[in-house]
Amino acid sequence: MVSPSHFVALAVILFVIGAVGVLVRKNAIVIFMCVELMLNAVNLAFVAFSRLHGNLDGQVIAFFVMVVAAAEVVVGLAILTSIYRARRSASVDDANLLKY
Amino acid sequence: MSHPAVVPTVLAVGMAEETQTLAFWILAVVSVAAGLAMVLARRAVHCAMLLAVVMLSLAVMYALLGAPFLAFVQVIVYTGAVLMLFLFVLMIVGVNSRDSLVETIKGQRLAAAVVGIAMLVLLTLIIGHAAIGPQAAFSASYNGSNVTGLAQLIFTTYVFPFEVTSALLITAALGAMVLAHRERTGPRPTQRELARRRIESGRPSPLPGPGTYARHNAVDMPALLPDGSQSRLSVSPVISGREELEPREGGPVSPGPGEIAPPDSDGNGNGNGNGNGHPDGNGSSGDQPEQEHEGARW
Repeated sequence: MVSPSHFVALAVILFVIGAVGVLVRKNAIVIFMCVELMLNAVNLAFVAFSRLHGNLDGQVIAFFVMVVAAAEVVVGLAILTSIYRARRSASVDDANLLKY
Repeated sequence: MSHPAVVPTVLAVGMAEETQTLAFWILAVVSVAAGLAMVLARRAVHCAMLLAVVMLSLAVMYALLGAPFLAFVQVIVYTGAVLMLFLFVLMIVGVNSRDSLVETIKGQRLAAAVVGIAMLVLLTLIIGHAAIGPQAAFSASYNGSNVTGLAQLIFTTYVFPFEVTSALLITAALGAMVLAHRERTGPRPTQRELARRRIESGRPSPLPGPGTYARHNAVDMPALLPDGSQSRLSVSPVISGREELEPREGGPVSPGPGEIAPPDSDGNGNGNGNGNGHPDGNGSSGDQPEQEHEGARW
């Protein structure tokens, strides 16, 4: 029998994988993808807790998270394209004008 | 009213518990493996595809947890819209860009691994302390009509966040338009300037299309020039930059003697030289690179 704690454990693992990806990767688009993985993991935890408590509020929150993530991706990718247009690179190492 | 009730019944309640357990373990292994591979894959397109695997398996998990609406939203919004947006931007921002393996910050990977393990331990301890009890029984309000229940919650309790969400979406669309818009800094080049620039570039004609006079007209097949040699310029640099295409290039393209070879005898000899397995298509004789160059220019 699969209990919601299994789903929460899986959500924890996926969240950590996404966090490590954000820390390790250099391509800004891949970093965005890892952020999406983290958001998905949190959504899974929300839905699992919603199932645990037997009410729908967790699912509504997960739905809002999806909407906000979609908006975030749109704006983030627009920023990335404008950075790429100026610097011809999508690597986060190259966007270092504010470093010092 | 019968349809919204049928879907969750089919997706969650009616499913035998062994099936549910099996589905969970398969999907858990698949999603964790795909997530790990996504962090480790060097090409960004592979990362996007592996992220699609994770998202689709999470969609099935939502269905297992009795959230069919979120499962469909996950497939439509995340896998359909967000990931396609990622792929579009990847196509604009250099498909064949790879991550460099050079560490710019010393010890970054080690620190990231330590932080990851610490975070995993911390979260596992928190979840373990939380003493998650058995799940609630399927109730009519939760699982009887998932979509109706969600709609009731969104339009009563959460109606203000819902309205704020619409403002957020409009702002995001506007922001994307403003950020991705490029202002023209110089004057628009006239037709005369464009024509002059084209003549000065040394190539007034367009680039040759891939596969012209070759045996296949696929995009990775270089076009054959009148002397039978291959035109490197006909293949998009994105495609010719792939290393797995390199060994293929000689074989299928090479013309047989007299088959696609040019009519004059001089060119025929060159065509034979190419057909006998020179993968580069030029460099077998002294004058051939020049011909390739000249042919490529015209």
